[in-house]
Amino acid sequence: MYTFLLSKIEVGSHLYVNLGGNLHLHGETIIVSSIVVALLTLFLVISTRDLKKVPGPLQNFIEVIYELVKSIAFTQMGPSYYSQFLPFVATIFLFVLGSNWAGALIPWKLIEIPEGELAAPTNDINTTACLAILTSITYFTAGFKIKGIGYFARYIKPSVFLLPINIIEDFSKPLSLNFRLFGNIVADELTVSVLCSLVPILVPVPVMVLGLFASSIQALIFSTLAAAYIGEVIE
Amino acid sequence: MVDSLVAAASVIAAAVAVGFAGIGPGIGQGNAAGQAVEGIARQPEAEGKIRGTLLLSFAFMEALTIYGLVVALSLLFANPFVG
Repeated sequence: MYTFLLSKIEVGSHLYVNLGGNLHLHGETIIVSSIVVALLTLFLVISTRDLKKVPGPLQNFIEVIYELVKSIAFTQMGPSYYSQFLPFVATIFLFVLGSNWAGALIPWKLIEIPEGELAAPTNDINTTACLAILTSITYFTAGFKIKGIGYFARYIKPSVFLLPINIIEDFSKPLSLNFRLFGNIVADELTVSVLCSLVPILVPVPVMVLGLFASSIQALIFSTLAAAYIGEVIE
Repeated sequence: MVDSLVAAASVIAAAVAVGFAGIGPGIGQGNAAGQAVEGIARQPEAEGKIRGTLLLSFAFMEALTIYGLVVALSLLFANPFVG
């Protein structure tokens, strides 16, 4: 009866790797994200190994990427601080972009695993939560290191009665970063799999292209916001 | 009996969450796109900059709908009230 169904819609089933006790990992997320990290590292090492004055095509490409992440950090943090936080912003941008596109471009459905299915690592809320918490820790530490104890003046900045709102903001920032990325990627993959189950040929392709575009925008947004949060504290 | 009631309520809640979450960002995106077209018509040479800003702000507005979608998805696939 269901032979026509090419992609079964699975949400929330994972390949659990038990670490003993109550600890377990989501195997498929770890596998795909380590593949993404390995590919990114390989690409970056190869493209920056032999830099020339007159760049070849590969060096041109990596220079475009560098200019992009540099402009993200520069516009949010200003000339005196951006170079300190450029590695963080660039890492977030490349990892989010890489994992979003890895989920869309590599045909993971061909590889069978015992439970769950291989997909973009950002499809798992733990990955995005980790990135958001890292951003939180970074801006807190940055503010504390650069401004010292005066950092806490930020919480009563416009006036004292805004203190609770400023504290809530510290929690709502990572929450919204987290849900924005996770929701967008899950929405993309759900749309594609629903369309695939309805019309498995040709019709999902424009939606997939739209998904590729949307996920690159999401990477840009995530890194821009991370840079903006850091820039906001150190100003 | 109670479980099916909870399931029915969750499905309706999911539909309402996504439906209402779509209204506000829809209006906002329409406004933003209209203003952007106006800006381009007035100053065609600024098109690239306007497009970039527009896409960035679209993504922010879309995020609001996505929050509704996350709530709907967690009601449908990871419902904490069933079982």
